[in-house]
Amino acid sequence: MSGHSTYEPKTGFERWLDMRLPILRMAHDTIITFPTPKNLNYWWTFGGILALCLGIQIVTGIVLAMHYVPHVDMAFNSVQRIMRDVNYGWLIRNIHATGASMFFLAVYIHMFRGLYYGSYKAPREVLWLLGCVIYLLMIMTAFFGYVLPWGQMSFHGAVVITNLIGALPVVGPAITTWLWGGFAVDDPTLNRFFSLHYLLPFMIAGVVGLHIWALHVPGNGNPTGVNVKSAEDTVPFHPYYTVKDGFAISVFLLMFGVFVFYMPDALGDAANYIPANPLVTPPHIVPEWYLLPFYAILRAVPDKLMGVILMFGAIATLFVLPWLDTSKVRSMRYRPTARLYFLIFVFVCIVLGFCGAHPPDEPVIGHSPSGMILLDADLNSWVWLSRFGALYYFAYFWVITPVLGLTETPLPAPESISSPVLSHPATTPTGAVASPEKRG
Amino acid sequence: MADTVVGANPDPHASGEDPNRRDFIHIAAGVAAVGLVGGLAWPLIDQMNPAGDTLALASIEFDLGKVAPGQQVVVKWRGKPLFVRNRTPKEIEEAINVKVADLRDPQTDEERHKPGKANWLILVGTCTHLGCVPTFGGGEYGGWFCPCHGSVYDTSGRIRKGPAPKNLVVPDYAFLSDTKVKIG
Repeated sequence: MSGHSTYEPKTGFERWLDMRLPILRMAHDTIITFPTPKNLNYWWTFGGILALCLGIQIVTGIVLAMHYVPHVDMAFNSVQRIMRDVNYGWLIRNIHATGASMFFLAVYIHMFRGLYYGSYKAPREVLWLLGCVIYLLMIMTAFFGYVLPWGQMSFHGAVVITNLIGALPVVGPAITTWLWGGFAVDDPTLNRFFSLHYLLPFMIAGVVGLHIWALHVPGNGNPTGVNVKSAEDTVPFHPYYTVKDGFAISVFLLMFGVFVFYMPDALGDAANYIPANPLVTPPHIVPEWYLLPFYAILRAVPDKLMGVILMFGAIATLFVLPWLDTSKVRSMRYRPTARLYFLIFVFVCIVLGFCGAHPPDEPVIGHSPSGMILLDADLNSWVWLSRFGALYYFAYFWVITPVLGLTETPLPAPESISSPVLSHPATTPTGAVASPEKRG
Repeated sequence: MADTVVGANPDPHASGEDPNRRDFIHIAAGVAAVGLVGGLAWPLIDQMNPAGDTLALASIEFDLGKVAPGQQVVVKWRGKPLFVRNRTPKEIEEAINVKVADLRDPQTDEERHKPGKANWLILVGTCTHLGCVPTFGGGEYGGWFCPCHGSVYDTSGRIRKGPAPKNLVVPDYAFLSDTKVKIG
């Protein structure tokens, strides 16, 4: 799809620059004329939304760093000062804190989109891998950032997560001490987490550049999963997708705004408004909502090391997905059985999120144990629901996906992106062939 | 140059055809580069380990006179809570009467206190699961209960139930006098 450039420098300066650094040509070919499948639906707008999210986090973060003090005695108060005294500090901090949640919401939709439409399949494996790297960097950045306000949840969250690494045999404790820079989570830890929290977003931006580069080699996938066959299947990125992405971004920002202005603390934890106290652990430790499914998988296993391995394995699995899927059909639009298992998978991820938010031994239904005892615990408990959820999570990738690709009978996919539209002249108004109107 | 016949002047040093000599230069340069990068990388890695002043603060002294029988005082040591517990005779008896072989991390009560000082139990107050601070008086073994993931410790701080793999850690400490200990 990275065909001939149609950029024509209009002024003398542009011609001069084009001979020396063809940056305007690159921008033109990427944002203006880039041939894009004409059937992209709104699930495809989240790439643009995510780029915006990264921009918002970097800009608000740089501003917050001008007022924040990374010291155990002053961190909590400096955040309160930002909220109360710094001009518009409340706004900037609320955008940054809410922005993290919005970023993850968008990335999860983006990832589920990729799973459903087979965006990770050849020739887009590297594109998918780069996306997984971005996701991993996002998790690390979010974790480091959550520690900075130095509230109770910040502190004890950091304790629990850094102790996970201590589960590794032999080298674990040494690595944990190295991460802490001491014998516990303390001032050196806070300082380095601040440094890394500032660094990682720029690394994300770098990998996003590679992600977009890798996207522009094969070009966008599309809801049918059928390759682009002719120029008839595409429209230029501008104005068609700049406008479509722009509309989606506007709607997304409306929701973003509702959280920022009306319920800025809805996605956080009240315990983080208590200054960190290393001597008292809050009764119930939970990570932010976007990491709850992984936390549920961690707690599902009674063994410390196995729990840690499974939790990291849940993320590592995403990296090998392109080689686990045996199906030649990209889009699940033509894979009815796979679609069913996929919808269950989405549901299970949400259920795992709820599991991670509740104390493991608490009953799921009702207030008293049901007496359905198996092995060591009551089946009517969040920990057992986590176990079933974790089982499905791994089975979906390691069993269902490889087996289903070989055994299922997919529906016939269309000849080309245009053919399903053109074969129904009754429903196609005159001139619709060249019309920008696209349907999901 | 056309009349410079190949082989007319067989000088092995003039041509680049001596493989051993060229290889040596490549390998030597490679080793030097790796050594240089490694030498520079180590300080960058090691700077994250505990600094000198952090290590210097690693031991404290504590006056046991403040702790009445049945009480527990929590002291901060190396950034972590330290439980200093003056055990009652009943608690000590419970701790001794446990069948050691049945424990997940088998240790007798005697191994967990100084000789002749059975009432003084000094423990690092972080759960051996993921480092939360257990609360005293919870759980069914009369010891500590970790609120994070439900580990239960007995009156000797030994793990009895839940996900934690090890007993609560007994730090290095020594009695300076009958009422004074040095920890670390």
